[in-house]
Amino acid sequence: MKLAARDWLQLILPGDWLFLVLAALCVALLALRFWSPDRPDRAEVRAGGRLVASLPLDAARIFEVPGPLGVTRIEIAPGRARVLSDPGPRQYCVRQGWLSRNGAVAICAPNQVSLSLAGRTAAYDSLGY
Amino acid sequence: MTRSAIELVPTEQDRRIARFATAAILLSLAEAAIPLPLPGVKPGLGNIVVLIVLWRWGWREAAWVALLRVFAASLLLGQFLAPGFFLSLAGALTSLAALAPTAHLPRRFFGPVSASLVAAFAHIGGQLLLARLWLVPHDGVFALSPIFGAAALVFGLVNGLVAARLLRELNDPAPV
Repeated sequence: MKLAARDWLQLILPGDWLFLVLAALCVALLALRFWSPDRPDRAEVRAGGRLVASLPLDAARIFEVPGPLGVTRIEIAPGRARVLSDPGPRQYCVRQGWLSRNGAVAICAPNQVSLSLAGRTAAYDSLGY
Repeated sequence: MTRSAIELVPTEQDRRIARFATAAILLSLAEAAIPLPLPGVKPGLGNIVVLIVLWRWGWREAAWVALLRVFAASLLLGQFLAPGFFLSLAGALTSLAALAPTAHLPRRFFGPVSASLVAAFAHIGGQLLLARLWLVPHDGVFALSPIFGAAALVFGLVNGLVAARLLRELNDPAPV
């Protein structure tokens, strides 16, 4: 009753291979569709509640935003962004470090500047703070 | 003892369905004892029997066996009318629906492995759809679909191979 691998392979007919390939393709597509992380593709900078810049996250640069206390500097690197320096007293937004996930936000409240990452789909409908 | 006025005479077909349904139910029960890492990922060994019946006696008898298996196995496991029962039923119904056209493919090129794969994918498709509509009304359930798909691929292939092998043994019993 022992069957070699060759005998099992014989049981797979040409059409069966077609279905096997289709099935494997189907699994791969499902994995791509449901498991690919939604990467952020731009950094949105707001000052005083207004959107002042929407910067693509593909090249490194430093962007400066003026606020009531002074200038907030935002650093963009491929795939991530951070608040480099801020004139605010407690530095919460600076200490948050690099943001790399879709929907991540760093808020420099004293200087009324916020940095948020956005991708194809919005991670949140709205944020209240 | 008076003889009952109504006498049900089981036909040969009835006996056959009962016999194969029993085999399928037993396989389902045995399978319930296997610990599995993720709920819902099961080999579906009972489907081997359904495939054999489909191949030799056609879709109607396969449908009988598949549905009897769902009802009887869930009764025996204490799952009847529980969510798991409805998921099984949805899977069985969608896979039977998908098997109806598949059974007409030319057998020279398409063996039980094709039917098994189609049935396995239809099975998880039906289950996921029901789960999305009823149990977890959120698209988050689809995040599990690649795992279910991979399981359907592996178990569909294995079940199909076993069914093909058993069918060959049934057709020309080789000397052991």
